[in-house]
Amino acid sequence: MRRHRDWRRRCGAATLTVAGACALLGSASCAAQNGSVVVQPGAPGEPTKTLPADTHGTLPPIAAADVAFMQGMIMHHSQAVEMTDLIPSHTENQEVRAIGAKIASSQADEIRMMQRWLKARGQATSMAMPGMPDMDMNGKPMTPMPGMLTPEQMAALKAARGAEFDRLFLTGMIQHHGGALVMVKDLFDTAGAGQDAEIFEFVTDVDNGQRAEIKIMQKMLEEMH
Amino acid sequence: MGTLGKQLPLAALTAIVLYAGAGLLGAQEQKPAETPSAQSGSDQEQPKAGENKKTPAEEEEEFAPKPAPPLPPGMTGADVNDPRAKLKPGIYDAGETAMGMKHVAFVKKPDAFQLNASSPDDPVVQKTVRMLGVGNPAKMPKAMQTVIAQLAFANSDFAFQGNHLFQGNFYGMSIYDISNPAKINLLTTMVCPGGQGDVSVYKNLMFMSVEMPNGRVDCGVQGFPPEPPPAPGHEKERRLPTPQKDRFRGVRIFDISDIKNPKQVAAVQTCRGSHTHTLVEDPNDKDNVYIYVSGTSFVRQSEELEGCSNAAPDKDPNTALFRIEVIKVPVAHPEEAKVVSSPRVFIDPRTGALNGLNNGGSHDKGEEKPADTNQCHDITVYSAIGLAAGACSGNGILLDIKDPVNPKRVDAVNDPNYSYWHSASFSNDGTKVVYTDEWGGGLGARCRANDPNKWGADAIFSLKDNKLSLASYYKLPAAQGDTENCVAHNGSLVPVPGRDIEVQAWYQGGVSVMDFTDPAHPFEIAYFDRGPIDDKMLVLGGDWSAYWYNGTIYGSEIARGVDVFELTPTKFLTQNEIDAAKTVHVNELNVQDQQKLEWPAKLVVAKAYLDQLARSQALSAKQLGDLQKAIKSAERSHLKGKSAAKLSTMANGLDRSGAKTPGDAARLEALAEILKHPVA
Repeated sequence: MRRHRDWRRRCGAATLTVAGACALLGSASCAAQNGSVVVQPGAPGEPTKTLPADTHGTLPPIAAADVAFMQGMIMHHSQAVEMTDLIPSHTENQEVRAIGAKIASSQADEIRMMQRWLKARGQATSMAMPGMPDMDMNGKPMTPMPGMLTPEQMAALKAARGAEFDRLFLTGMIQHHGGALVMVKDLFDTAGAGQDAEIFEFVTDVDNGQRAEIKIMQKMLEEMH
Repeated sequence: MGTLGKQLPLAALTAIVLYAGAGLLGAQEQKPAETPSAQSGSDQEQPKAGENKKTPAEEEEEFAPKPAPPLPPGMTGADVNDPRAKLKPGIYDAGETAMGMKHVAFVKKPDAFQLNASSPDDPVVQKTVRMLGVGNPAKMPKAMQTVIAQLAFANSDFAFQGNHLFQGNFYGMSIYDISNPAKINLLTTMVCPGGQGDVSVYKNLMFMSVEMPNGRVDCGVQGFPPEPPPAPGHEKERRLPTPQKDRFRGVRIFDISDIKNPKQVAAVQTCRGSHTHTLVEDPNDKDNVYIYVSGTSFVRQSEELEGCSNAAPDKDPNTALFRIEVIKVPVAHPEEAKVVSSPRVFIDPRTGALNGLNNGGSHDKGEEKPADTNQCHDITVYSAIGLAAGACSGNGILLDIKDPVNPKRVDAVNDPNYSYWHSASFSNDGTKVVYTDEWGGGLGARCRANDPNKWGADAIFSLKDNKLSLASYYKLPAAQGDTENCVAHNGSLVPVPGRDIEVQAWYQGGVSVMDFTDPAHPFEIAYFDRGPIDDKMLVLGGDWSAYWYNGTIYGSEIARGVDVFELTPTKFLTQNEIDAAKTVHVNELNVQDQQKLEWPAKLVVAKAYLDQLARSQALSAKQLGDLQKAIKSAERSHLKGKSAAKLSTMANGLDRSGAKTPGDAARLEALAEILKHPVA
């Protein structure tokens, strides 16, 4: 209690010392905020400003590159899910099944997250022209995202079984993940992109997580030889 | 100190209010008013590429999580019958359950860290939601409407000093008065975006990590404008970001002499920014403190910060990858703080390759191959034993830090079950290290019934002669829902003498208190959990950190605010053990700068040891009874006269033959020492 009164007193004193929120907004808001202040420091050496007690957050801008990244990554991730879907019928290798389960789980989650992110911003979740999955919005052939398996590679994977499947799956997924790292790098090399907290954390995590998975798969490949 | 990275429905919300579309807003505002039911159809966005109109129920369904894939063979999942598995959802009214802990206080996060519309009934929200055409607002999940937990305003890590708690936030930080933990009270909200806002305190200085591209030297909230669209015909050309001299990524230093008016005194820029940082005190130099900077994000261009390079190490020996940075801070002149070294902690000492850590698989020492562990996520230093444990994406490493400016790697481990080495803590005696695996980056639901209990778990290592060896895994035993982001996250030791106990945050998995005295058999001794923020879609939330500070446990709730807990006695932990833990007092707590715990020779500490010896049956019932009686009588007489002498006699006559483990032998030893020289 003593402590509490103490703060009330300091809050009142703020009217004299700092141009505090309490000073600007009167004792009612002071009490409502329990005597707390909202401040914003300046650059090093500059004074700290006091902001109104009812200050609320605002968000940094979003770049077109952010939207394109999310749309492209959905397409990219979808292929990874397509690849992991083959595992149950194509291999008995426990390690491949385990890493496949891990990848499937992450990529499926992330696809949802990206779809939500785009929807909430009123953006299309696909880059493709409606009804024309191989065409972009301008009617030009869709350029595949970096690292995506070619139709020939996908066909070979689907046709393989057992050890051959394991090898193609691991090399294919390493290639695929490597492409995601390129996409992340490209995003951060683009002006104004990646300032939104969600996209920043998401892509940073894609980068970290896929790097780790690449390493695990490389090791598995080595051990197969 | 976490990697957040996935699964952000709240993103949705944010957007609804702010961005969604300037374009949409303009276009749709001109429409004549319609009834809400009609609107739910006609306000659907103009059909976008490849999408069909959806009813609100379908929209909701669309955001619903997919069930977890089946357990991989040979793996064990989580317990679906635990009371934590099914709790009522809600942001502020979720169901709660606890064992061995009491939830004594909660405060909501400050208004400055929320967007300006917090109620689903707020006309601003209703109007925006409708204009967005996401569906009928009345039928939308509350979580979608209320813009509750945006990552841009997420709470992050804690630091403590005296009666003050410092809570980081992606948008700044806040300071609370905790002189009465049950009446925790907000003092200061400091606006200064840049994420993740990891904080440390040392005397009158506060340090804060910034990594995101919207961070500004002047703490401005506006970020940097996106570039205008490219000229026609130049769409495919690569345009590099404009160098911004006002951008800040690195470690900010504030003077907090006036707790209500923190002043920025320095801002030390680094190439990758600072995802986390670790305060390092040099026992031999009180004039300076050091900051180890862990950067996990992209390397910016040299045009923005001179010398920054993200080239491969064989192409550029000065690459900003494969290193940490050390900032030296003169305590009396913090404005002179600067980077004084960039230790190559992943170097191969034989070849000199900067990327020398072997990768990928298990703990074997097969053929080693240069790999790409190129960053640490978090480092915990334990200066008292001259070591640091680094959690470095693909590896757990051990550093010798006797020369704090030049840490040297002495061991490294990896683990096939690990996705992302995230953080570390030592046992007080330095014989164990608990690492965490932040599988999924912290925003995924990773504690579902089918998620393996070795993935996204703690890995407990024994540490002997600077060598780490895996002893076991510990994961939150209770199954959590599909809409609860959950994985191992930040924790601290609970100073119960004679045992190794850690309290740990598991995001929406809540708080779990674990005993790892026997590193091969960790077990849970207390927990707190509340239901998901929403049960239809994953809304980011939960505890980022849960730390013990001077007798109280504090939880940093990402979306909701601050939680305050007390431990309560159970069969796993006695009141004496709790009281003994409360005898340890520190003036500052920066969890990643681990301090050696020491217990006063108080009788309550002796009673805690006695309870433990009773539990393991290392003393006979008669011996226990006699000792308890003697201690009681000494307490009654305030350690005066004969009663103290009696304790000393009993200490000398203590039968140590019952100790079957080194732990019990040590407890008996410590008990005897207290009984010989007890203090009031």
